[in-house]
Amino acid sequence: MKREHYKSLRTISHEEPLGPGGPLCAGCGGLLCLRLFHKALGENVIFVNAAGCFTLLASYPFTPLRSSWIYTAMACAPAGAQGIRDALDILKAKGNLAPEDDRKVVVLTGDGAAQDIGLQSTMAAIHRGLDFYYLCYDNEAYGNTGFQTSASTPYGSRTATCPITTSSPHGNLHERRDLFEIWRVQKPPYLATISAAYPLDLSEKVYRAAKFTGPKLFIALTPCPPGWDLDPEWSVDVARLAVETGVWPLKEAVHGEVSHTFRPRQLKPVEDYLKRQGRFRHLFEPKRDDETIAHIQTTVNSYWSKITGNASPAPAEAQATVT
Amino acid sequence: MTRAMLTGNAAAAWGARLAQVDYVPAFPITPQTEIIETLARWITAGEIATRMVTMDSEHSMLAAAGTAAATGVRVFTATSSQGLVYGFEMLYAIAGLRLPLVLVNVSRALAHPITLEPDHNDVLSARDTGFLQFHAETSQEVLDSILMAYRLAEHPDVLLPAIINLDGFYLSFTRETVELPALEEVNAFLPPFAPTFSVLSGPESVALGAAVLDPSLYTYFKHQMHRATDATLQLYPKIAGEFAERFGRRYGLIDEFMLDDADYVIVMTNSFAATGKAEVKRLRQQGKRIGLARLRVIRPFPHAEIQRVLRGRKGVAVVDQNISVGKGGILFGEIASTLYGLTDRPPVLVSFIGGLGGRRFRPGEFDGMLARIERPLENPGEMAEPNLLFTPNECREVGRFFAIAGEGEDTNET
Repeated sequence: MKREHYKSLRTISHEEPLGPGGPLCAGCGGLLCLRLFHKALGENVIFVNAAGCFTLLASYPFTPLRSSWIYTAMACAPAGAQGIRDALDILKAKGNLAPEDDRKVVVLTGDGAAQDIGLQSTMAAIHRGLDFYYLCYDNEAYGNTGFQTSASTPYGSRTATCPITTSSPHGNLHERRDLFEIWRVQKPPYLATISAAYPLDLSEKVYRAAKFTGPKLFIALTPCPPGWDLDPEWSVDVARLAVETGVWPLKEAVHGEVSHTFRPRQLKPVEDYLKRQGRFRHLFEPKRDDETIAHIQTTVNSYWSKITGNASPAPAEAQATVT
Repeated sequence: MTRAMLTGNAAAAWGARLAQVDYVPAFPITPQTEIIETLARWITAGEIATRMVTMDSEHSMLAAAGTAAATGVRVFTATSSQGLVYGFEMLYAIAGLRLPLVLVNVSRALAHPITLEPDHNDVLSARDTGFLQFHAETSQEVLDSILMAYRLAEHPDVLLPAIINLDGFYLSFTRETVELPALEEVNAFLPPFAPTFSVLSGPESVALGAAVLDPSLYTYFKHQMHRATDATLQLYPKIAGEFAERFGRRYGLIDEFMLDDADYVIVMTNSFAATGKAEVKRLRQQGKRIGLARLRVIRPFPHAEIQRVLRGRKGVAVVDQNISVGKGGILFGEIASTLYGLTDRPPVLVSFIGGLGGRRFRPGEFDGMLARIERPLENPGEMAEPNLLFTPNECREVGRFFAIAGEGEDTNET
């Protein structure tokens, strides 16, 4: 996939629409994604926040955002976006808002809101063809409440509601639900997975999405240092490993047609990714849990073999894109 | 001005039309649906410039209503019963953000058991949210209350949303003559929406609904909301007076019926008050000095007006068409607390629960209520305990249903 606009890191804006000093955790993968996402979006943005970690972005009387922001509730940020988009269109039609003052409406949710309590309002907004952006910062659990299992939690992860005990040594035993595929069912104009470790891929996708009217949906895998039990400084490394091991495929779907925007030449073993995170420590200590590790590797292999048409875990014929 | 035969629901739609609302997020529920269907028909016929969107739930509907108001347009929406409680979280959010929209609630009793008929547990569950509440008896009042509600809600000293309540079926589907004011007249009373607060579409960035990490801040903002309801009570006479001057219909906070020389007062709300008024008239013909006070505005609660209307009476019966299970009538408690400080408060104040799930008053029940408040209270418990209206005939009827259901309970003797 050839990038049209974001060819080098220098292309990324030096403007900082997201100020430092917010109350979010050190090394928050979601915040880093939001920063890059906002740079690519540019000005004239209204964020619509669902309950989640980003609830605390603005705490009275401070906001780190130069753009406008409204907090709704956990289930209904996409519905809130509908009200704003419609109101902006009404004001434009009445001549009360100049076209150049129009705003991009951007929903911010975590995976708990996106996958569970807010799935209905999201599906409805996509169905109505709402012209909006949706950024799901997916840290694979209910992060803000202390890392409880969500429908995004991967197989084998420890969470606050799937603690590791002698009678339950494997962690979460549900497979991660594929939100990308759920959203893709309705063939939104633009849908992509992104990672803060791949800023050019991320920015280019926002650039591409801007050409479409309608739902423009993004799911970012965002390492959560306290929940994933990793050092904040490893946040970007672990995000990169998720892509390099094939756990987090970078892809897009235009009107439902999928293409991968980055294909690792050789997939690293999932172990490289799992070992860095305390939430998977029980798979390696005190005794190695080969069965669970193999299960996770098989799931990744099976995904990529469908993409590459190759039974091998490594998509050998795939072309790598250097970012 | 023209006259039309309109159901309560159609009058609500006309209220929205004449208020020239910009935006209607909608979700169907019986008995409200006729309101959004009427608006949809006008919109698709190009008769009004309003934009409507059908949402996936009342929760989403209210979310869109709130954010649209926060963006700076005039918003109207409607629901009933289960829908109101489904969207309940957003009622607090809308009021807390101080967004002046109007929501019509067509009352319907809450499940379980499921029913379509009205009582007021739905709307009164929202009494603590910060929404202003206007309860209507007639189709005309539904329409007029919507216009007055926008005036009040959008006033910079108020900035609170409003609920207009009408009873499902008894008013929602009853056709009555309604005077439709001319649009120019309405425009003069209620000019197009011009927000006096920071909106999302404005030139400066705003953060709305930011967390407060200090309890004093939370307290401050809640106090502000409460103060805004005081402002509503102060503004009400002026706005109702202006409305009366322009349209010829005067609405008090309380509708006073045959109260002038009344020793005994029945307190009611909404469309069932029409039955109460007919009964009061009948009892008057028998020489009874009885009147009826219908609470029209329930939030803000009109303390001073209630004191004025009820002080010095010999006996008051509060008929609640709701039940706070484990306590009794919701409005009874509110009225009792309002009267407590008066030295000339009515010595007899008795609570009755009637009209649950649309239950009609039975012959003799108003005579019974009057007889009860004509008699001095024998012990304080009599005032604290609600009287649950139910007749032996109904008991026997219920017994028949039990028999069919195989329960076999004998209710003949109760």
